[in-house]
Amino acid sequence: MSSRVRYAVFGTGALGLAVLLVWGLAGLPDLGDFAGRYGHVLAHSAVPQRKATSSISVTTFDYRGIDTLIEEFILFTAAVGVMVLLRVQRAEEEVPAEPEAVRRPTARSASLRSLGAALVGPILVLGIYIVVHGHLTPGGGFQGGVILMTALFLIYLAGSHMNLGRLRPLGAMEASEGVGAAGFAVIGLGGVVLAGSYLENFIAPGQVGYLVSGGDLPLLNIAVGLEVMGALLVVLGEFLDQRLLMKKGQA
Amino acid sequence: MTAVQAVALVAVALGGTAVVFARDPARQALVSSVFGISLAVLFLAFQAPDVALSQVVVGAVALPAMIMLTLRKIIRREEVDRGER
Repeated sequence: MSSRVRYAVFGTGALGLAVLLVWGLAGLPDLGDFAGRYGHVLAHSAVPQRKATSSISVTTFDYRGIDTLIEEFILFTAAVGVMVLLRVQRAEEEVPAEPEAVRRPTARSASLRSLGAALVGPILVLGIYIVVHGHLTPGGGFQGGVILMTALFLIYLAGSHMNLGRLRPLGAMEASEGVGAAGFAVIGLGGVVLAGSYLENFIAPGQVGYLVSGGDLPLLNIAVGLEVMGALLVVLGEFLDQRLLMKKGQA
Repeated sequence: MTAVQAVALVAVALGGTAVVFARDPARQALVSSVFGISLAVLFLAFQAPDVALSQVVVGAVALPAMIMLTLRKIIRREEVDRGER
């Protein structure tokens, strides 16, 4: 196929796609002009029913709690899959399972290392803040969990492999992932025992706007936060170990 | 549509195009990180702060880091394969 014919085929397809896209986008409701019924119901029932101001959090953890539980286990399974795959490969290459600690700094630039070290604390605090305020403000377990993951990842960027080995024990991350995933399921079971159905709230909702309010929402957020942080760190940690092994192979 | 939303939309369009046109995979990972941040700004401008919060970390940090680490592994393996032959 000559390049001219290829461009003609591409052009026809692109033109068709553009026409369909513009046609479809023109039919969308305007920004902020949502006409769906459920959005209206959710926005108005979240605060009185759950004493939580973030209706998104109420929706994901209460009205659609099962959905979130399954999503959490998708991430859990993905992390376990990466772990198993990379470890099998490692066994084939006949190298020690736990790489020996290397004292060499990961980053040569001193400014990068000091900036990274200075940011670890604030980002850690921000992550915890986002997790525990999930039922009050935008954010929650997933968002806070990924931020916490970044804070621990910064230790790697700022420090050396040695520090990371001490501060990023793979075992503790696996535990965090497992405890988070199991915690969500167990809180759901608590609903079965104490309130009658799975993931039904069984804790006094408290007063609107307080840090401890919204019933089981803060607990579910913390469980998801632990799970997300652990899962992402396990995946990144496995990849980093591969990198360490390769460095050793090169030397 | 406000000016912030218009600017965010243009930034996302330019960023996405830049990701496609960056040919070197390592460079592409870095460009996609900037694209991730512009996407987070877009979500924030269109009043989806929850999505913006996850996007800013996943798109700007986690995904590029994962790509870089994978690239490192693939390149190293290619080197080993070439050395054996």
